[in-house]
Amino acid sequence: MPHSVSPVTEASPPPAIEMDEPAVADTAQQPIGDDIAMTDAVAIADAPQAEEVVEDRDAEKGEKKETSGIKLEDLFTGDSDEDDEFPNAPAKKEAANSPNEPSSPSEFDFDPSELTASDPALLRSFYQRLFPWRYLFQWLNHSPTPTLDFEHREFVFTLPNEAWMRYQSYRSSDLLRKDVLRLMPTRIDIGPVYSTNPRERKMLQNVAGFRPLSKELCFDIDLTDYDDIRTCCDKANICNKCWQFMTMAVKVITAVLRDDFGFKHIMWVYSGRRGIHAWVSDRTARNMDDSKRRVIAGYLEVITGGAQSGKRVNLRRPLHPHLVRSLDILKGHFQEDVLEAQDPWRSSDRAEKLLQLLPDISLRDTLRKKWDSSPGRSSSSKWADIDAVAKTSAGKNFDAKALLEAKQDIVLEYTYPRLDINVSKKLNHLLKSPFVIHPGTGRVCVPIDTRKFEDFDPLSVPTLQSLIREIDAWVEPEVKAEKPVQDWEKTSLKPYIDYFRSYVNTLMKDERGVKVKRERDDEGDSMELW
Amino acid sequence: MIRQDFNRIDPKRRNTVDYRKKQFADPSYKETQYPHSLSFYAAPPTADITLEQFEQWAIDRLHVLAELEACSFRNKSSAETALHMKPLLDKYLPLDTNSSSSQVFAQRQKDHYSHFILRLAFCSTKDMRQRFSRVETMLFRLRFNADDTRERNAFIGSLNLDWETVSDEEKRQYAAELMATVVSSFGKKTHQSIDDETFCKIDWMRVPDLVESRKVFLRAGKAYVPSKEQQSLVVTEFTARLEKALELTARARPDLDEDDRLSPILDHLSKSFVAPDSKYAGDSAIEGAEITARNIDNLAQHFPMCMSHTHRTLRRDGHLKHFGRLQYTLFLKGIGLSLDECLTFWRQGLKKKTEDEFNKEYRYNVRHVYGDVGGDSNRRGGGYSPFSCQKILTEHAPGAGEAHGCPYRHFNMESLAGLLQASGVNDRAVLQGVKEDKDKQKFHLACNRVFEHVHRNELKRAKDDGVMTAAQLEMIVHPNEYFKRSFLLKNMGKVSQSQRDGGGGDVKIEE
Repeated sequence: MPHSVSPVTEASPPPAIEMDEPAVADTAQQPIGDDIAMTDAVAIADAPQAEEVVEDRDAEKGEKKETSGIKLEDLFTGDSDEDDEFPNAPAKKEAANSPNEPSSPSEFDFDPSELTASDPALLRSFYQRLFPWRYLFQWLNHSPTPTLDFEHREFVFTLPNEAWMRYQSYRSSDLLRKDVLRLMPTRIDIGPVYSTNPRERKMLQNVAGFRPLSKELCFDIDLTDYDDIRTCCDKANICNKCWQFMTMAVKVITAVLRDDFGFKHIMWVYSGRRGIHAWVSDRTARNMDDSKRRVIAGYLEVITGGAQSGKRVNLRRPLHPHLVRSLDILKGHFQEDVLEAQDPWRSSDRAEKLLQLLPDISLRDTLRKKWDSSPGRSSSSKWADIDAVAKTSAGKNFDAKALLEAKQDIVLEYTYPRLDINVSKKLNHLLKSPFVIHPGTGRVCVPIDTRKFEDFDPLSVPTLQSLIREIDAWVEPEVKAEKPVQDWEKTSLKPYIDYFRSYVNTLMKDERGVKVKRERDDEGDSMELW
Repeated sequence: MIRQDFNRIDPKRRNTVDYRKKQFADPSYKETQYPHSLSFYAAPPTADITLEQFEQWAIDRLHVLAELEACSFRNKSSAETALHMKPLLDKYLPLDTNSSSSQVFAQRQKDHYSHFILRLAFCSTKDMRQRFSRVETMLFRLRFNADDTRERNAFIGSLNLDWETVSDEEKRQYAAELMATVVSSFGKKTHQSIDDETFCKIDWMRVPDLVESRKVFLRAGKAYVPSKEQQSLVVTEFTARLEKALELTARARPDLDEDDRLSPILDHLSKSFVAPDSKYAGDSAIEGAEITARNIDNLAQHFPMCMSHTHRTLRRDGHLKHFGRLQYTLFLKGIGLSLDECLTFWRQGLKKKTEDEFNKEYRYNVRHVYGDVGGDSNRRGGGYSPFSCQKILTEHAPGAGEAHGCPYRHFNMESLAGLLQASGVNDRAVLQGVKEDKDKQKFHLACNRVFEHVHRNELKRAKDDGVMTAAQLEMIVHPNEYFKRSFLLKNMGKVSQSQRDGGGGDVKIEE
């Protein structure tokens, strides 16, 4: 593993965080590469700290947890909040500065579009000026004032050299922001809330005192899991045609979570390339243990087995109400987005797959003959043929009910959400934070308003490069706003952050109602910590 | 600490008497009421009964429980069991509904007392506790299903389980959805309309398995549990409470050891509760058999399917997974393989393991099973007892790559037929019979059918010669019994052969 970094103990370099311009200019002139990213990270580090750096991570999501075993000694986590060189309200300060910024002619003496998404200079501006730290904090904290929900929450950073830092935790959004700016991670993951502060886990006498307590219920759907039924793209590629699978998935899962389980706070986040994540923040959902999570996963799971295992949907009849409803939701999509847009059975070998899913052998033979004689027949026609042929050539012992059920199963196999179920089953599974930049595409992992999910276009999500350009291009309106304009408000990120903010606000409002007593407990605890 | 002096007369607390005095001041117990025929047996009985009653009631209940357990060994369906148990219950432990009998109080009292007496008798070891709670649960379920609907609902209501009955209005609102769950849980349509079915609303987290398998309708975090599934809820609750109570009883039981009136009765009761499953009657050494590691391959022809399957797997792969090793080691122990021989057997059997790995990972387990190492109770008890069919059938269904379990139950028909044919069972009628037994979940029958087929000649001769009594030819419910019987039958052949050949040795067949 190339760039494994053992405890990065930095000699205290100049406090560079606020003086971003020189730093930015500095790095911009240098060739771009991993080494630069590291020097850069070192340069901005402000307090001597020994951090735990985990070895290069495997790109596999599933393997993340295992990596935690390889740990270097976690030394002191110097509480850098005591040093006052970093004011506690940087956001405000910046906001105050911001009107002047566009007027300074060359804030960036480079063209953002030429740089990659993991370029440290761009990334720094993003973290510094656009990332909604405060709302992220409130979302995880469920309250405006810091609680243990946030303080004991694990953050995981992927550093530019691919090294991986686990068990980071912060007392406030400012400290988190500051550390992110110091380390410049290319990716931030969010883990569970632990029973003790993750940074202090080594100080515990018994290991049992450190265990995950709560986390949002999460779902992860990837378009790669649809490869055997989508014809337009494969692997990491997506287009608007296959994105419709996501639309269907979101509709079905949202209905289950809302109507069946009664969860209210469900947020869908675009994962930056080819998938989406869901975060359910209801208190009951957060506090579920692994067995409860498995129950929900099992309730949702319909498509079983791999691509090789033949018929992948085998449901008991009569269908469970939730499946009846899902089928209702999916029927329209099946016609439009699968039969017409994907045309999955046009070629004869793909059509064979459809035939294998039908129950009646003589029906299969008749259809096969018919389709072989007219190659290139569209999927919608073939789908219609099934009923037509069944009607005309139905034998005595033809089972119309079995055919109907098989057709229902086929509709589900081609439309029903395919979850990466392990993400949902485990309390301590890590998941990428919203608003992080996807390093490959440069797109921001934006939350998606489910009410307008059908309009969401993953290909036009703002990218890091476009956002920086937009700040530059922003012209102050004639009529000055009463409040100073925040940087994110100048960009196309605005609607997403607005949505996030309103989502977080309703979440906090609901939390406030129930947790008067708990908050007092939390205060007691934090008193001890101080 | 300052001790409070309870004898001091405090003018402000004049009425406070020493609580110890107060507790025993007036030992009048509240007369036990039996409002429902069913009971969770929460409160122990307090009134006096005679010693004869004590013993008789317990024996009566034991009759019922033993028969009930036997039904489960024979894989009777719940309807068959109910039919079979009806006369027995009426005779030994009648329990009538509120309206139907004047004997209600006496009946319920007997039920109540006998339950608690048996609790005392069967609380001492974990095995007994498990077995007792299993059969008591069976009895409870049987009675629960037989009970009058109205009284059953009243009983459920009295349990204070936080359920909410679904109103008719709500039922109508979700009629279609609820109907789907009712039909699926019954397998076939038994209710023409939703009005015949009662539902209760319960937080979904209370019934996770029903939710996971999509057997209940869910709405806003509440599961709508149909009455059929309510039964399983109540029964689960019953078992959970009984198990907890039994542990408490076990802790309190030593207080009784001094009592020379009850202890003998209780001991006697617990000993008489021996059913075919509990253990394989220990005289494991079978005369004339050379039971050594070397000879196992030779003996394997007498093994039942489950064991010959594990044996084959071991020979084929040079390895067995944990439960396979456990099940097989215990079986070998049961047929009389000594610990040393057993270690030799495994050392040779686990071909892929180095000496070091074997010593580190496997030796201890084998010794533990034999009671050579481990905790005090393990060593004193001589390790574990061999698994019965009951245990193999119900516990630890084998997963991928595992070779334990009962082939009649855990294999699909194709693999089972393959296994049988590989063992020389080619008779079409037998295979067909096995298939039918398997479909009806009568795995014992299938196994015995195969046994009878394989030993048909010997059995015939044994019957003709009258060598074996009818009792010895009862249904086999233990793998070791299978081996023993098979070995004796086959060897009887050899023995008579050798006699005919003029071997002349007077070999007596052990029973």
